[in-house]
This record gives sequence, structure tokens and C-alpha cells, in this order.
Amino acid sequence: MGSEDAEAAVRAVVEAVYRTESRRVLATLIRLLRDFDLAEEALHDAFLAAVERWPQGGVPSNPRAWLVSTGRFKAIDRLRRRARFDTSLGELAYRLESEPSPTDSMADAAVEDDRLRLIFTCCHPALRPEGRIALTLREVCGLTTEAIAHAFLTTPTTLAQRIVRAKSKIRDTGIPYQVPTRAELSERLEAVLHTVYLVFNEGYFASSGATLTRSELSLEAIRLGRLLLDLLPEPEVMGLLALMLLHESRRATRVTADGELVLLDEQDRTLWDRERILEGSRLVEQALRSRAFGPYTLQAAIAAVHAEAATPQETDWAQIVGLYEVLQRADPSPVVELNLAVALAMRDGPLAGLPRIDAILARGELLDYHMAYSARADLCRRLGRSEDARAAYARALELTTLGPERRFLERRLAALES
Amino acid sequence: MKYLCLIYDDEKQLAAMAKQDSDGFMGEYSAFTEGIRKSGHYVAGEALQGTNSATSVRVRGGKIATTDGPFAETKEQLGGFYLIEARDLNDAIAIAARIPSAKIGTVEVRPVLDYSQGM
Repeated sequence: MGSEDAEAAVRAVVEAVYRTESRRVLATLIRLLRDFDLAEEALHDAFLAAVERWPQGGVPSNPRAWLVSTGRFKAIDRLRRRARFDTSLGELAYRLESEPSPTDSMADAAVEDDRLRLIFTCCHPALRPEGRIALTLREVCGLTTEAIAHAFLTTPTTLAQRIVRAKSKIRDTGIPYQVPTRAELSERLEAVLHTVYLVFNEGYFASSGATLTRSELSLEAIRLGRLLLDLLPEPEVMGLLALMLLHESRRATRVTADGELVLLDEQDRTLWDRERILEGSRLVEQALRSRAFGPYTLQAAIAAVHAEAATPQETDWAQIVGLYEVLQRADPSPVVELNLAVALAMRDGPLAGLPRIDAILARGELLDYHMAYSARADLCRRLGRSEDARAAYARALELTTLGPERRFLERRLAALES
Repeated sequence: MKYLCLIYDDEKQLAAMAKQDSDGFMGEYSAFTEGIRKSGHYVAGEALQGTNSATSVRVRGGKIATTDGPFAETKEQLGGFYLIEARDLNDAIAIAARIPSAKIGTVEVRPVLDYSQGM
């Protein structure tokens, strides 16, 4: 093999190691260096050093440990060079250097803890949700600022600002690089799960404009869910992953080739992704058995009941009503109440649901939510109250700007006219 | 690190409390203060008189302009503070969550600027 071939081979190894290990190396470097920016530079330097040295010296037996310790030395070097202008950095470099070598903290368990530390820090509730999302996708998933900006239909500058702001808040307010204690876990985990779910939703429910990049975002959220489940097998982590898998299983059927919205009972169920449904349903069962589940598990259980019905007529509405009732007690909200009303209408007929929807609206809730009016319209239509149905569809149409949803409502309105 | 916990309550709600409830509330404050003194988190803390006692002062063009009332009219008003020493933000949040007013009002947690760390 010529030296050029050998070099290309080593380069391929470095790239492979980058793909599998760079996020772990970064997570550990942030702990050792206590600074996101310094750790990112150190990560970059460590991989540059690998490209330079591995062709001659060979690939080290533990590449990850080599990269961490090389990155750490490079960071200390950088601080020393900068210390010529800022003496406080010299002290920091000295302090970092005099700490014990990180090899003892390179055990697999410690490294997996670092990944959790990184996730919990990026999703700290003291950060703004958009900052959490940007930071998580950048640091935990390793997406570029440009890719994240593209997926969220914003500019790289705006996105970079969100990341800078989040990092400054972590540094300036003293957000620690820690996995929360048992006592704090449920509140802190909620912020993590919410962040992952926001990423998923952005890729699933938003307009069909840039369909391709959007599905990438949902898949990234599912990958994050899997990573989280590996690191922290809590029932609600299972529930969230199940919920995302069950939604994702229907992606191919919820929009037509020309971008039209297809409702659940009109979707071609033979095209639903069986493998994802199976995995999602298993996770739901496992989470339910734990008896320590929450809203994500319940929503996933509802999605699983839909997924298990071969035709819309076979849907077990009694079970769905029961699950919505539990969800309404566990995590009450007008949206859950609306869904419960619709499920009751499916089980017992439109008259069982309509008064409940009207009661929500009479309380002044969901007045700007188009789904409340389109649900009301649908029940009125089924009761033969065309005039009420028409008014409610028209109101729903005024409240939504999304193209596919608007066209769906227009079709419903037109069907009433004929 | 030092953190300032700014306590915001609805004055009207506090004023409307029955004697027995407000005594209980004050009792919770005494116990809380005693607790953070013992744990070494306490640096300082005071309750303030109501916003009707507030005077706002501005100097513009060398002239002092004094107005009656607080800086801004808000639904909840600044009613007191604690200055605490905490390990990190999580530690500070855990302490702030134990301030009795957190249950009915809002506690804003702000790290104190440390000039010794360089700016």
C-alpha cells in the first residue's frame, strides 16, 4: 500500500471516529475544561492532531481517551498563549494542568455520565426553549449552525446568537455541569423531554414547505430519544420515544404527494410503518407497566390504540376515552379536554361530544385554536346541522394560515354546499 | 457564587390574608431564614414596606426629578430580598423554591456580578 493510500485509510478512520466519538469527547472535555467554547476548540484541535499524527504513529488503542487527553493539553496551551494578554487565563491554565490526569475519569460509565451532563445542561429550564433546542442540536447532536437554522427557517446569524446567549447564561449564572439528583430529576427531565419533543414537532407538524429537511429534524429527535433511553431508562423517556415513533410511523400517509393533509381515518393504513409501530407499542407497554408513567406515555398509548386498528371502524374508542380521562387528570388542559370530547363523540355519537366542546369555548378557552372549531364543525355536520357546521368551518379557516390545513377546511366547506 | 433572590408578591393578596394565615406565613419566613442561616447560605435579607411608600428618583440634566410610586406598576411587586451564597444556579434555585412567597408569587434569581473574575 502506498503512503497516499495509507494516509487515506487513516483519514477514513479519523472520520469514522469523529462520527461515533466526537460528541462523547466533547461532553468529557466540557467537564474537564468547564467551558463550552474552550472545549469545542479543544475538540477541533484534537482531531487535527489525529489527522497529523495517526498516519505515522498509528491509531491509538483507545482513540477516545487519546482525543480527550490531547484536547485537554491543547486547551491548556491555548490558555497559556492567551495569558500573555490576560493573566487570569494563566492561572486557569495552571489550575487545569495541576488537576489529576483525566485517564481515571475515562471509564465508560463516567463518559456516559458526561453525555447526560451535557444533555441536562443544554436543556436547563433556566434557558429559553429556543436556546435549549439550538444548543442541544449543536452540542449533543453535532449539527452545524447552518443546518439547524435551515431546519428552523431562520438565519444562521439568528441561530448563532441563540447559541451564544444560551452559553453565556450557562457561564454567567453558574449553571453546573451535572446530572440532577433524584429529587430534582422529574422537573429537570421534563425540560429535556419537552426540548426533544419540540424538535420532533417542528419536523412533523409544521407546514409541508421544506418537507425533506423537516423529516430530518424528526429523525434527529428520535435519535436523541434513543440516546436518552440508553442513558436514563425512565418510563417517561420510553413514553416520549414511543410517541415519536408512533407519529413517525404515519408520516408517509398524512400528506399526499401534492402536499394535501390527510386525516387519520382517511390514511392508507397499509402504508403505516409496522416496525416503528411495533417498537412504539412495546415501549408503551413497558412504560405503562412501570406505574410511574406520565403524559408522554399516555399520549403514546392513545397513538398506539390508533396504530393497532386495521381500519378506522375497528378503533377501540372506549379505550381511547379511558386514556384521555386519565390524561386529563394527570395533565389537565383544554386541548386534552377537546380530544376527550371528540373521542366521546366517536364512542357514543356526536351529541356526547358537542356540549363539551361548546363548554370549553363558553369558558373563553381555545377561542383562537382552529382545531376546536373544525371539531365542532365536524360534529354539527354529522348531526345534519349544516348551518352551524358551515359557520364553524369558516371560523376555523380564519384561524389557520397553514396551506394544507386551509385547503382541507375549504374542501369540507365545499362539500357542505353541494 | 452570590445570588440575589428578589421576592415579588401581590400586595393586595397579602393584605387580604386573614390574621391567622398571615401569622402562619410570617412563621414560615422565620423558619426559612433560620434554616439558611444554619446552612451557611444566608448573606443578607430584608422585607420592604409597601409600594405606596416608594419614591422614584431620576436625575436628568443635573436636575433631580422625584416621583411618588414604584419604578413600574406591576401585578406583583418587589416586597423583599435575600442575598445568598450558593454553590451554583441549581443550588440557588433550590433555595429560592423554599422561600414562602414562591408558592404564591415569584422569586427572581440573579447572580451578583463578580468584578474579581474580570469582565
